[in-house]
Amino acid sequence: MKHSTLESMALPVLALAGGLGLFGLFVWLNGHDPVQAWSLLFLGAFGDAFSLQNTLQRAAPLMLTALCVAIPARAGLTVIGGEGALVLGGLACAALAGAVPLPGGAAGTLLLLLAAAAAGAAWIALAGWLRQWRGVNETISSLLLGYIAIALFKHTVEGPLRDPASLNKPSTLPLEESLRIGSIGPWDVHWGLAWGVLLCLAAGLWLLATTHGFATRVVGGNPRAAQIVGLPATRLIITACALGGACAGLAGGIEVAAVHTSANASLIVGLGYTGILVSFVARHQPLAIVPVAMLFGGFLAAGSLLQRRMGLPDASVQVLMGFCFVFILASEALRGRLGALFSIRRSLPAPVGAAA
Amino acid sequence: MNTLWLDVVVAVLGGAVRVGTPFLFVSLGECITEKAGRINLGLEGVLVFSAMAGFGASYLTGQWWLGVLAAGLSGALIALLHGVVSSLPRVNDIAAGIAIMLLGGGLAFYLGKPLIQPQAAQIPAIPLGAWLGAEPQGAIGSALAINVLFPLGVALALALAWALKNTGWGLTVRMVGDSADAARAQGTSVNGVRIAATTVGGFIAGLGGASLSLYFPGSWNEALSSGQGLIAVALVIFARWHPVRCLGAALLFGGAGALGPALQSVGVTGYYHLFNAVPYALTLAILVWACSPRRALQGAPAELGVSH
Repeated sequence: MKHSTLESMALPVLALAGGLGLFGLFVWLNGHDPVQAWSLLFLGAFGDAFSLQNTLQRAAPLMLTALCVAIPARAGLTVIGGEGALVLGGLACAALAGAVPLPGGAAGTLLLLLAAAAAGAAWIALAGWLRQWRGVNETISSLLLGYIAIALFKHTVEGPLRDPASLNKPSTLPLEESLRIGSIGPWDVHWGLAWGVLLCLAAGLWLLATTHGFATRVVGGNPRAAQIVGLPATRLIITACALGGACAGLAGGIEVAAVHTSANASLIVGLGYTGILVSFVARHQPLAIVPVAMLFGGFLAAGSLLQRRMGLPDASVQVLMGFCFVFILASEALRGRLGALFSIRRSLPAPVGAAA
Repeated sequence: MNTLWLDVVVAVLGGAVRVGTPFLFVSLGECITEKAGRINLGLEGVLVFSAMAGFGASYLTGQWWLGVLAAGLSGALIALLHGVVSSLPRVNDIAAGIAIMLLGGGLAFYLGKPLIQPQAAQIPAIPLGAWLGAEPQGAIGSALAINVLFPLGVALALALAWALKNTGWGLTVRMVGDSADAARAQGTSVNGVRIAATTVGGFIAGLGGASLSLYFPGSWNEALSSGQGLIAVALVIFARWHPVRCLGAALLFGGAGALGPALQSVGVTGYYHLFNAVPYALTLAILVWACSPRRALQGAPAELGVSH
């Protein structure tokens, strides 16, 4: 294995270990047992079949919202508005189902998911377009668009599209049974997981093996070179944003069609924000997103166990993710030095006693 | 009907000061950070964390000013982390800001869990309306009851503007923000100045956090800050990196933020969520209007990565 590849895998692992370590210290300072917290995190995530299914269920949307960060990142943009695209995707899915009679079964579901992807794509493409047109920083604009999307979502769900039967929790009309996304075989995991994995694979393939993906990476990695060889930077950037947004929108559609069965506030739980962290940990590599999303999906799944068994606040997992994020960024400072550290140690003369 | 609309106007004007006070502090904090050449998106996390810490300190000690002080200091601490992480090689300040946003929120929600129910000592109000002869509990009287931190913020804006222009310290900050190379040639530690400016900015933003949790309605909850720290970044652009113009921008955004609740109070409820989104839409509109792809923003520190 190449030295740099090894380092690219070692750094995130070390950083995550650092984040987990600091989290243990944090709960210890708050009077809890860190070893119990760590073991519950892993038991709640991967301990038995039930928690593993719960983990995979949560990993599915994270893969898609992470792609919403990773794909624009490869075109050189830091987009963090995945939450807004997800919410609008869920809304589009529920709105289409309520507005027009759809064919039942897979064809209808596919139409719903297409609407969800289109809504997300339009929203993030808008951020990309504003950057290319007016030079508006896409990080700020995508986040602001996220807040606007959430307001639109709440307005629509509590107003025009509200199901009169939903009293305590405003929701849209539930999807028909035949339009919902079911489970994979006998497991309690819905087909959204397959969508997530497939799209990560497709995105990886697109970036590595297609001319369009290569051109996108050139625009992101070296804008001057892209300009010199005459690449259509604006078109590539907006396309990358639209593809990323489509993934996040799809995540919202899948959550509605597979989990909540209608659009309501349960959709707004920060899956878009967690996706940012997943993408950064995966170093914006679509293939690496799959395992990283499973890890963080696992932490999310274990959160309720931490609450029930140890009485930790529900924000514990967010604290853990915050620590991990800081460590992931800080670990970049070690890039190129980690290998040097080890090779220096290796080139030292072996101790005399060890030679025998 | 006419008095109804008058009520809305009065409520928006009063709200401009009330809602604008956190905006004022957080934008002054962002302004000084950006003057040194860094963007701190993490001010969102700073704001939430300092609101929690300020509320907690005020609740435990019973002294509102200790709460304000604790808010400032905890804001400085979180911002210091941003400053240090952004100073590491190959770490970009936008990414560090996203991390601090997540971490600050998480820590605040975790540590603030026991603070959701209780009441803490509140920041007192200056009864400006009552001094002018209005009924203290009436619409005008309550609109003109002003957070004591607000005049402090106004003074701070003036002082910062003066100090950035006229003191050696201000010159150093501006030099680091405009040309890191020139600063290095002078023997100034670029990272040192930036960390210091970010930390001071965090303290000022922390005062904004205190005005969120310790002034009307004055409670700690997890939905307390929703993007004010981010709006501040745009607000500073709108103010063209000038502290005194930050004051005007903060009042404008405060008024926009007060529109939703003001309309709700007179019975216009159907568009509550949309009116609450007005500050975000306004921010976006200002960014579109102020930015340009061809030239750097007028007045922007040259080292800043805010315009492409």
